Amino acid sequence: MLSAWLIALLQALLCAALAPLLVGWVRKVKARLQNRRGAPVLQPYSDLRKLLYKETRVAHTASPLFRIAPYIVFVATWLAAATVPLIALDLPTAQIADIIVLVGLLALARFFLALAGMDVGTAFGGMGASREMMVSALAEPALLLAVFTLAMTAHSTSLASVMQHHLTDGFLLRPSYLFAFGALILVALAECGRIPVDNPATHLELTMIHEAMILEYTGRHLALMEWASQLKLLLYGVLVVNAFFPWGVAQDFGPLALGLGLVSVALKLGVLAVVLAVGETVLAKMRLFRVPAFLNLALLLGLLGLLSHVILEVGT
Amino acid sequence: MSASPALLLAFLAVMLGLASSAVSLFADRQPRVLRLMAMPLVGLSGLAALTAGLLVLIQGGSFALTLPLGLPWLPWHLRLDALSGVFLAVIGLVTMAVGLYGPAYLRGFEQGRDSLVALGGFTGLFLVGMLLVVLADDAFLFMVAWELMSLASYFLVAFQHEQPANRRAAFLYLLMAHIGGLAILLGFGVLAAFGGGFDFDAMRAATLSPGWASVAFALAFLGFGMKAGLVPMHAWLPEAHPVAPSHISALMSGVMLKVAVYGFIRVVLDLNGEVQWFWGLVLLAVGSVSALMGVLFALMQTDLKRLLAYSSVENLGIIFIALGLALLFQAKDHVMLAALALVAALYHVINHALFKGLLFLGAGAILHSAHERDLEQMGGLLRRMPWTGYFFLIGCLSISALPPFNGFVSEWLTFQAALQAWQLDSGVLRSLIPIASAVLALTGALVAATFVKVYGVAFLGQARSRHVRRARAVPFGMRLGQGFLAVLCVLLGVLPTQVVHLIEPVSAQLLGTGIPQASANGWLWLTPISSDTASYSAPLSVFALTLIAGVAIWWFKRRTARRAKRCDPWDCGFAAPTPRMQYTATAFAQPVRRVFGLLFEIEEARTTGEDGLQRYRLRIADRLWGWLYTPVARGVESAARRVVRLQSGNVRVYLGWTLATLLVLLWIISGA
Repeated sequence: MLSAWLIALLQALLCAALAPLLVGWVRKVKARLQNRRGAPVLQPYSDLRKLLYKETRVAHTASPLFRIAPYIVFVATWLAAATVPLIALDLPTAQIADIIVLVGLLALARFFLALAGMDVGTAFGGMGASREMMVSALAEPALLLAVFTLAMTAHSTSLASVMQHHLTDGFLLRPSYLFAFGALILVALAECGRIPVDNPATHLELTMIHEAMILEYTGRHLALMEWASQLKLLLYGVLVVNAFFPWGVAQDFGPLALGLGLVSVALKLGVLAVVLAVGETVLAKMRLFRVPAFLNLALLLGLLGLLSHVILEVGT
Repeated sequence: MSASPALLLAFLAVMLGLASSAVSLFADRQPRVLRLMAMPLVGLSGLAALTAGLLVLIQGGSFALTLPLGLPWLPWHLRLDALSGVFLAVIGLVTMAVGLYGPAYLRGFEQGRDSLVALGGFTGLFLVGMLLVVLADDAFLFMVAWELMSLASYFLVAFQHEQPANRRAAFLYLLMAHIGGLAILLGFGVLAAFGGGFDFDAMRAATLSPGWASVAFALAFLGFGMKAGLVPMHAWLPEAHPVAPSHISALMSGVMLKVAVYGFIRVVLDLNGEVQWFWGLVLLAVGSVSALMGVLFALMQTDLKRLLAYSSVENLGIIFIALGLALLFQAKDHVMLAALALVAALYHVINHALFKGLLFLGAGAILHSAHERDLEQMGGLLRRMPWTGYFFLIGCLSISALPPFNGFVSEWLTFQAALQAWQLDSGVLRSLIPIASAVLALTGALVAATFVKVYGVAFLGQARSRHVRRARAVPFGMRLGQGFLAVLCVLLGVLPTQVVHLIEPVSAQLLGTGIPQASANGWLWLTPISSDTASYSAPLSVFALTLIAGVAIWWFKRRTARRAKRCDPWDCGFAAPTPRMQYTATAFAQPVRRVFGLLFEIEEARTTGEDGLQRYRLRIADRLWGWLYTPVARGVESAARRVVRLQSGNVRVYLGWTLATLLVLLWIISGA
């Protein structure tokens, strides 16, 4: 039991440690695809370090909520990421929070992110908050529907049980999984602020969503906000690869199994990052009011997944 | 007469409410009596009700009492059982907060011209009405108490009657409350006819054919649904709740709507016969529509209290979704799942009472200190009234169903019940429940958007008007009332296992089984079905959250001795930002308004005035007014015009009609 808690702690720390690496890798691949040399893969670590040591400034008009928000956003996102089985199943963290709690924790982080955006009282912050809430109002139900499909199949809302079920089930191609997978990909793009919904590299005022909310942040506050968004990318990445392709994840706590789990998840994430980079290179960002159509598609896919599960797959 | 302590306490609560009403009669000569005596008595009554409810929930059992009041052949029957216990506790909690909050809040009314006698007197009667509805054990007392509650709250809505809008709202409320009351009366009529008596024991013993049971269900749903403000019977709610004084709004939204839920549960699950599966379907459909429409309209509002009222429609929708699941599972013999859904519904009943009470009290605090209800004029209130600001934040987080607050727990339980839909054998039901849970998920996300808007516009940013800039902290009593509810919101979010354990006796009483497995793994873990299926540990999540955040803050504090420096916000290199440049509440809601535009009746116009200034006008109306209410009103009017021909002014004609009516009635009676 104690070793399980220790491994859970280790996995949580690993999440936080690996998140910048994933972002660095995506940027590197993207740069090479665009015929640039790009920054080193480890650049996000240097950026975080730099921000953590830089002076922190806060606007005159900011309330105390502005200063506490980065901590809440970071901690909630981290806790959410820590509940996703990264290298091993059957960890006690999966008992603390199931998939619905995970979605709730992400919503908590988003709530404070949006409030922080509105706190200083500039137009950009409000704009970013308003757009973020619109996007999430459609993305969150789509995400829930996608995970409900998995949960109903496994008869459990615990992510570890879902993966366990999938592993014992063998590679059975279920139509509901295809729909849920599509929905989850679209939601992940929207929630992580990737192209075609938002551009993580932009600072053009009229198009940005996520960047608009954290425009006023500096120093360690900004570092925490950036780290949280990197964690969120990692979380969605792990959710996509481990919930749908759980092979390789450690089912016992032997060093070999854990090592294999780590290598397999790193490989899977590496491939996913390449796919993401290719997608971001060939696609253009959508206009803001095309985004609802994009997310309605995700919602529809999620609902179709759930319906095809209850109609086609239950009781047969 | 030997009565249990719980019932005596409930009786004491009623008496204290009456006493509060009685002392208010002196308020026109001595205005202070209201805040020095009437409000404390209301608070004590709440305390007594809460204790009575908790006692019966902890000890179990049910206590009956017959009072020699009422009709000669039908004395008043009172009964206190687990179901009434939960609702008594809900009434008690919010009433206590109002009792703490009221004295300071009422100070603002002492100089006004409005009658304080009416305010204090009807507040007490309103409370007594609600308490008696929950305690009633026969249809007669139930209806008397129900009408007392409706009429007293009508006078409270019409309290500031000098404004025509308030009078209109009050009239609409009175009208719809009575149509609903009529439906409830007819529903009891059906049950009493089969049971052969007006007391609930007789109704419980009766066996109804499925057809008649469905008629009773439909009437009860119409009547109680109208009071609960379900779409499409919600029109009165966003008009009536905002215009009452804020502590009354808290009672109306937080408690009175719950009394309607109580009545519905009592009639449908306790008194009525065998549950039919399509009842559950009706509830799911109406609940889903209410939840979605309620939150969309809430998001569009700029009047804070009106927004909160629409959000009540949404929350009652969620409660009825959970009740619908309970009925469906009950009808299909999945009793454990029905118990889970019922517990989820009751949990949300308690939660909504707490956070909606808290938010209305917060809105009242803003009204008290900034004299403003319009969000577009607010801003920066967190720095001017920090206590109210933080309490209000807790309310916003709770209502947005965010972990680890209380709203999340009930939503989580509802989802868990819905996710067990695969156990049903009917494919149609299996696929309809996921659609309802999709609506619930969409609603949850939109609620978060709504309350980001409310909090961001009202409490963050900079003040948008001069009087809001002058707002300052409210008196201690008002803060205490809000703090009480805020602490409860947190407690019910962090210790869900105990709360589920506490309300479990209700499902044991109504459905024959509780959900013992929910608390089987100790107080840390909430496992409603089994620990493999779903588990949530709120205490451990909170522990992890605070631990990591604490360590992070401590680490930064230790390492950087320098405090963060203050500077100007980023202005893009142009003029410094002014409060008018901030996003407004209307602007915040614009993207969602565009996405869901088809559901509203939107009038948008931009005109250039004589002074050359651009003016923007936006009106968002409820399509249901045009589709349902106006046609019904026109139909009633034209029918009335036809009936008016009877009124000839000739006494002989009237006597003729009377005779004919008598003959028809005699014929019916002799036939039966």
